[in-house]
Amino acid sequence: MRTSKMKDRFSKIRDKVLSQERLEFEDGLFLFESHDIAGIGQLADIVRKRLNGNRAYYVYNQHINYTNVCISHCRFCAYAKNPGDSGAYAWTVPEIRQRILSRIEEPITELHIVGGLNPDLPFEYYTELLEAARQIRPGATLKAFTAVELDFIARNAGLSVEEVIGRLKNSGLSMLPGGGAEVLSNRIHGSLFPRKINGKRWLEIMEMAHGAGLMTNATLLYGHIETHAERLSHLMALRDLQDRTSGFCAFIPLAFHPAHTGLAHLPATTAFDDLKTIAISRLMLDNFPHIKAYWVMIGEKLAQLALSFGADDLDGTIIEERISHEAGATSPKGLSRDHLKYLITSAGYAPVERDAFYRPVSEIPPGSPFSKEGNYASSQWQ
Amino acid sequence: MTELALIRDKILNHRRIDSKEALLLLDRAELLDLAFLAHEVRKRLHPEPVVTFVVDRNINYTNGCICGCKFCAYFRPPEHPEADVITQEALCLKIQETLDLGGTQILLQGGLNPLLGLDYYLDLLRYIKSNFDIHIHGFSPPEIAFIARNCGFTLEKTLRTLMEAGLDSIPGGGAEILADDIRQQISPNKCTADTWLNVMEQAHQLGVKTTATMMFGHVESSEHIILHLMKIRDLQDRTHGFTAFIPWTFQPGNTKIPVAAATPVHYLRVLAVSRLVLDNVPNIQASWVTQGEKIAQLSLAFGANDLGSTMIEENVVAAAGVDFRLSLADMVRMITGAGYRAVQRDCYYNSLAEHPKTETEDG
Repeated sequence: MRTSKMKDRFSKIRDKVLSQERLEFEDGLFLFESHDIAGIGQLADIVRKRLNGNRAYYVYNQHINYTNVCISHCRFCAYAKNPGDSGAYAWTVPEIRQRILSRIEEPITELHIVGGLNPDLPFEYYTELLEAARQIRPGATLKAFTAVELDFIARNAGLSVEEVIGRLKNSGLSMLPGGGAEVLSNRIHGSLFPRKINGKRWLEIMEMAHGAGLMTNATLLYGHIETHAERLSHLMALRDLQDRTSGFCAFIPLAFHPAHTGLAHLPATTAFDDLKTIAISRLMLDNFPHIKAYWVMIGEKLAQLALSFGADDLDGTIIEERISHEAGATSPKGLSRDHLKYLITSAGYAPVERDAFYRPVSEIPPGSPFSKEGNYASSQWQ
Repeated sequence: MTELALIRDKILNHRRIDSKEALLLLDRAELLDLAFLAHEVRKRLHPEPVVTFVVDRNINYTNGCICGCKFCAYFRPPEHPEADVITQEALCLKIQETLDLGGTQILLQGGLNPLLGLDYYLDLLRYIKSNFDIHIHGFSPPEIAFIARNCGFTLEKTLRTLMEAGLDSIPGGGAEILADDIRQQISPNKCTADTWLNVMEQAHQLGVKTTATMMFGHVESSEHIILHLMKIRDLQDRTHGFTAFIPWTFQPGNTKIPVAAATPVHYLRVLAVSRLVLDNVPNIQASWVTQGEKIAQLSLAFGANDLGSTMIEENVVAAAGVDFRLSLADMVRMITGAGYRAVQRDCYYNSLAEHPKTETEDG
């Protein structure tokens, strides 16, 4: 009896997906409670194929984690240090310049710049950092500073967030990463990251950024103390905002890595949970163009499989990712472009190298800085 | 109806697929369609929501080996300074530790070491049996063929002699790909496909249960994989001696075959097709040792109903640079997290104990 009722419920959800009807909170909850991972994957694949066909994206990018000093003290973080702790660092602008220059021969199209909430960095640090990056890498998209950092930078400088966004934009900021959302829930906020902005504020800042013409991503940190209902509320809040602004580019579910964090007693996520979360995100977030399987967090094996479970993007060839590796992520620190392409093609998908906005890099006109025959030095293309 | 839809109907109507159909599935079916079909067959054979595993340990009695297989990072030539044979002391320690950890069997395997005669193997078995109450799952077909050749016995007499000394069941290793053109390339000094099958057939006729394996993801084609599955299915039709089939992927690290490691998508496709072709083999075992915990858990949605062993010790895959570890708690969490009951079994797939789900809470 129970099984046939469940089958009934599942086929109703399937009908909704096929007729492009929006799924409700309860639909998502039902799917999270189900163990029919292949069935859920097939539903997500319907939406994935509708939006992204057979394409699987990746980006040639560079991560810059400019400081690990952070006053937020989130319980899930293994990366942050107090000012003055051994191992605490804040790179100077010349040091960052050096890091970007050290990879200048590579066809990098995106700089992903995020760091801790470091009270010793003045406002000019952020504008100078962006200006230096823009000068050295004029063709790359500067995707920098989460909503959490923007709120902190504004408070530290005595400016409004709108003002900060405007000034950083003038210095070259062109997109916001989706980090710092964690779980958009007051309960989780109170328990795990009370000193960081709450979900309401995170959404407000994203809305401001979208209003200022900046595209952003969005994330969810799952697999710690949150419930399935809390995950779904998070997805619904993002979907509502996206209905108003259309400013979100990609959604990135991030698997929590407990090692070395304040939650080290928790087990790591299972593969069933990882793929269900990706697939259900694809199904609930019908207005998000892209779902990213961030291989740094779930490993390249699961990321490859995720392409059949709703994800259409594997993120990048990151070399210097530090934050998840501090928490014991066992994935390699960088993947080569050939390896990413191999993962994609051997899963039956068509690899597309993209820029930060999901524009195919191969469609960049010949002679521009990042085409194969291009000359990186004489950069014209933006 | 498309060809794939016809094959799907055939499977859902409990009809056997032929090699042409199996090949089409392996090469062309959508990944999640394969999962769906394999899961249907799995549910037919194992209607209870249970996933089994065994607690045991690999004991490699020697790494000295004349085979020189190109995919192996574990062996040493018998005269090599690093080649050795396990000491009695180390053996006892390992077995006692296995029993102390709730283990019920040992997987006893080693290289083809010409310095060891028949008496060595018989003494080893007798010594273990007289000192410990433990199941010996030991000596894959290449070892048995090697022992037989060296002592001049027939395969049957060799098997009988080993059984009398305490051998309980035979692991399905050394099958690699059961096609001699592939064996010539990757393991030219190992027994032929026919010899492997012959050892298994003789063993089954003597009432010994065995498993069967397949190592893929090196130089074989899809056709070779299907051929391998068909050979196992044909023998099983005659003997019903195979308890389980265990496909695993070649690990290229530290070996002489320069290929990229098979991806998890390829592994799961082969696993699902194995479940679909081998309708007469009761259990399909996932290989967490080669795939890691996450892909092994997903295997449960692609036809696998068993997660093999917790492997207190494993040396051969570890030598190729792949070293996944799994505690009993992790094993249970992986199974219950996929919606199944976790049941520890013996070598014959009899249930020994159910391990309940453990809840973890934020403290």
